[in-house]
Amino acid sequence: MKKIKVVLAKPGLDGHDQGAKVVARALMDAGFEVIYTGLRQTPEAIARVALDEDADVVALSSMAGSHLPICRKLKPLLEQAGLGDKLWVIGGNLPERDHAELRALGFKGIFPSSSRLEDIVNFIRANAP
Amino acid sequence: MKPVINESGIEIKLLYGAADVAASGGEAMIGQPGEYPFTRGIHPLMYRKQPFTMRQYTGFGNAADTNKRFHYLIANGQTGLNVAFDLPTQCGMDSDDPAAEGEVGRVGMAVDTLRDFEIAFDGVDLERITVSLTINGAAAILIAMYLAMAEKRGYDISKLRGTAQNDILKEFVGRGTWVYPVEPSIRLVGDTIEYCARHAPKYSPVSVCGYHIRESGADPAQEMAYAFCIAKAYADDVIRRGLPVDEFAGRLSFNFNCFGSLFEQVAKFRAGRSLWAKIMKEHYGATKPGSMWVRMIAGGGGGGLTFEQPELNIVRGAYYALICALAGTQTMALCCYDEAYTIPSEYAQRISLRTMQMLLEEMGLADTVDPLGGSYYIETLTNQMRSRMEAIMAEVDAQGGIVRLVAEGVIQAKVSAQAYRRQRDIEEGRFRKVGVNCYRTEDKTPQMEFHPYKEDDARAQCAALAKVRGERDAARVKATLAKVEADARSGVNLMPAIMDAVKAYASVGEITQVLVGVFGRYREPVRF
Repeated sequence: MKKIKVVLAKPGLDGHDQGAKVVARALMDAGFEVIYTGLRQTPEAIARVALDEDADVVALSSMAGSHLPICRKLKPLLEQAGLGDKLWVIGGNLPERDHAELRALGFKGIFPSSSRLEDIVNFIRANAP
Repeated sequence: MKPVINESGIEIKLLYGAADVAASGGEAMIGQPGEYPFTRGIHPLMYRKQPFTMRQYTGFGNAADTNKRFHYLIANGQTGLNVAFDLPTQCGMDSDDPAAEGEVGRVGMAVDTLRDFEIAFDGVDLERITVSLTINGAAAILIAMYLAMAEKRGYDISKLRGTAQNDILKEFVGRGTWVYPVEPSIRLVGDTIEYCARHAPKYSPVSVCGYHIRESGADPAQEMAYAFCIAKAYADDVIRRGLPVDEFAGRLSFNFNCFGSLFEQVAKFRAGRSLWAKIMKEHYGATKPGSMWVRMIAGGGGGGLTFEQPELNIVRGAYYALICALAGTQTMALCCYDEAYTIPSEYAQRISLRTMQMLLEEMGLADTVDPLGGSYYIETLTNQMRSRMEAIMAEVDAQGGIVRLVAEGVIQAKVSAQAYRRQRDIEEGRFRKVGVNCYRTEDKTPQMEFHPYKEDDARAQCAALAKVRGERDAARVKATLAKVEADARSGVNLMPAIMDAVKAYASVGEITQVLVGVFGRYREPVRF
């Protein structure tokens, strides 16, 4: 069976990457293929990497509060790249009041701080296309 | 009985006695406070003479918003300021940079030009209130701005005190606000140290941070060992320029974390103090006591706080403050209970401030120096922690040195692997966190007051920048930026040229762009 391929990105200027790297390791341990982009990715760069890598899952980590403006920009770019049918997930410091908009923007998996690694892995396994 | 092993890998005995102290290395390194090797504290009278400075991390929105919060904290008894900058400022971008969209003023104060500093520190007495700038990638520019602002207000910069974080090597490990590649980044740190040694000798241009390396996954012994390796890298750069160690080492300062086991933490600080003194004396031949001191801010503790049951973070903060006071820190700051959610409210910041004040006013923490000194357990653990740190530092040197290991991403990969193991241990209940994997409650989380973010403020900041650009002397800006570029290429100390550019109201982004043109940008090694 083909491995699930996840492009895990740190969008914007946020430098908190401990969580993203921990999740990357958990996903690799679960048998997924993980492409971690590193810090300071623009929405354009994320869409391009996801397309080039033929990702099944686009995962974002955002800790510094700019998740909504970033996701608003990323949504049309992912759609234009033909990645609208892939699984989009986001984790990090995501206040509950923003979850509805994130969901409306196409982020099916929302994992606020304190989410369990096991839950993230299981969600991706169950929902990846 | 189940063995107990602390986070640094040292097995803890059921009971300690004089024989354990002797077996761990004896009493030779204990000494007296204010005397080499400073295990018991860097000053003989410690808090009897000067209680720890209280310096909560603060800044958001624009300079005017931040100035109001500064005055609120000072009115509530805070004795120093610790400035938070927004991410565009930290990454060397102006507020109108397209990449800054959505981030202006969000996690700290937006700064574009000297005008913002003039507003931010308006009415703050810079002699009485010392200011710490939490800035790294853009540190040379912001130190220049601070000195220029103080000079403009009539302060003599040769007497001005204050601190900048300016520890770029740890930004590559954790925190991530780097701009230039590793080598020119270290040169810039060296430029600030050399410049301050000559022109602002009371100013601390660097605060070497174990703090963020710990947050990234390091254990307490690694936290301090890696920080000392990094401090040595900066010292080596400055010594290569011909500056004698005693002319700058006294202004190096440190920033350490405090979450974890109380005794391990206190031993860590005592061990670190004596190890750094030994390195300065024996390796560098320092002769001034000040050159051998670990002057530090300790506190924070963000990595120990929890999203679950956030009100418990008030209690954790009190224990963390206790650790820092028992450890003899010079400055203290605490993460606020709501900080896992938002920029702290005034209410949360006041609770943190009162927590620290309580230690001094009610709990007797200022009454005697090094109150845990002489405990068999603490003295044994202090010796053992020092040995662990020395072993870690020797390992770094054997592997090619800290600069190379950071540039290649080796340290990053090591600590992030540890962070992953720790997260697994928490999720599987092997590492206990109250409210997370034991004693959970299903009560609803208390209502948080979220810090508002106003898009209009970002637009106003851009408009203010445009106004400064329209009013400044364009020819002077051009000439000073050309000088920055020439000096970046020739290799002379960049600080005089950056000072001139800042005084001409050249912006953070403009100066950074010039330096990027010469130095290039850092490319992050991604290793697992």
